[in-house]
Amino acid sequence: MRFDWMADNSDRILELALAHVKVAVLPIILSLLISIPIAWLAHRRKGARRILVPVSSVLYALPSLPLFILLPVILGTKVLDPLNLVIALTLFGIALMVRTAVDAFDSVGRMTRDDALAVGHSPSQVFWRVALPLAGPPLMAGTRVVSASTLSLVSVGALIGVPSLGYFFTNGYQRAFPTEILTGVLGTVVLAVIFDAIIVLAGRLLLPWVRATDRRRA
Amino acid sequence: MNQLLDAFAWLADPAHWSGSGGIGTRILEHVYYSLLALVLAIVAAVPAGLFIGHTGKGRAVAIGLTGALRALPSLGLLTFLAVSMSLGLRLAIVPSTIVLAILAIPPLLAAAYAGVEAVDADVVDGARATGLNEWQIVTRVEVPLAAPLLVGGLRSATLQVIATATLSAYLGLGGLGRFIFDGQAVRDYTQMLGGAIVVIALALAVDGLILLAKRYLLPQGVGIALGTGAR
Repeated sequence: MRFDWMADNSDRILELALAHVKVAVLPIILSLLISIPIAWLAHRRKGARRILVPVSSVLYALPSLPLFILLPVILGTKVLDPLNLVIALTLFGIALMVRTAVDAFDSVGRMTRDDALAVGHSPSQVFWRVALPLAGPPLMAGTRVVSASTLSLVSVGALIGVPSLGYFFTNGYQRAFPTEILTGVLGTVVLAVIFDAIIVLAGRLLLPWVRATDRRRA
Repeated sequence: MNQLLDAFAWLADPAHWSGSGGIGTRILEHVYYSLLALVLAIVAAVPAGLFIGHTGKGRAVAIGLTGALRALPSLGLLTFLAVSMSLGLRLAIVPSTIVLAILAIPPLLAAAYAGVEAVDADVVDGARATGLNEWQIVTRVEVPLAAPLLVGGLRSATLQVIATATLSAYLGLGGLGRFIFDGQAVRDYTQMLGGAIVVIALALAVDGLILLAKRYLLPQGVGIALGTGAR
């Protein structure tokens, strides 16, 4: 282990960590935003559920590196365009998230929804004021899983030349230099921990009642 | 889209299918790497998961471990083991199998303990009252009732392993990743794309097989006992 290498290359590490973050942020947010309406539809209509849930589970079966190579042809983008990665990772995020989100909405329960309607909420108010807040904790848990998996998958993009901490994996392998690879692994884990903390913090701000009522669940 | 047609033409050429570097051999290699790792992971994770689910011991450790393993980037682990193990570069199958097995452990472990935990405590007590010993309770009651979740865990483990076995070719091994890395080395995008399509097709085919197996092999009584009906 050569910590002096890490110190000497701190600029490069920071630069690649930033590139890593840039590719990862959008898919995490997008997969949450896209999964919520899909899951709501699947939760409300049996017919939609029969199509949407299996389709999202098939997305999960797609292997990442081959998808990174296939997408440019389908989208007409350049092979090196980070957009390919963003779209592929968003698809994986949706695959992980839809199932969780459907379960989250299911767990809210028909009684609660009917009560909300009975006290005069419109259907859209039921969604925004009742179902979405109550589904908040499982949605947040799902986002944490998506975040960890996205950050880990971004590095695979290094194989097709999209810059990220994964560059340390390929370069370190070619130079047979374990320190460099370990730097990339540690960097990815550190980013995952930071992202997780941000999501938990955002959850506390957006769902302030969870901590007060659900302490025993944690 | 023309590139896609080229890739399908590449796939349709019988010359690309035969021989030691042909698509047929690469598929077999790919399946071999995946199966090897899956068997190891099942042997390690499923008994441990059943034990945790049955006794309730070590649950916190299992949750922490599975979470930590999930955050590790597999490409990083693969390259790190390859260059730091003494036989990592000469016998690349060793680091490759370790990484693939590590990838498969969290979903299998989680499915095993969650599946057993989800079995109604009354059912377990009933089995105990009718005179089954602990071993019989696990094998005759808890495992069959946990089967749907176990299959779900096996499915996500298998899919992740097949996807990641593509990276084994980066260490110089065979498998379908060969077409991607060899194509990239000579800027033969058609070959890369052809290889990518075969991996995707393989993953989807295996996924379909697992779903079929789940539908036809699970005992009918399980669906009834879990209230999901005899599907």
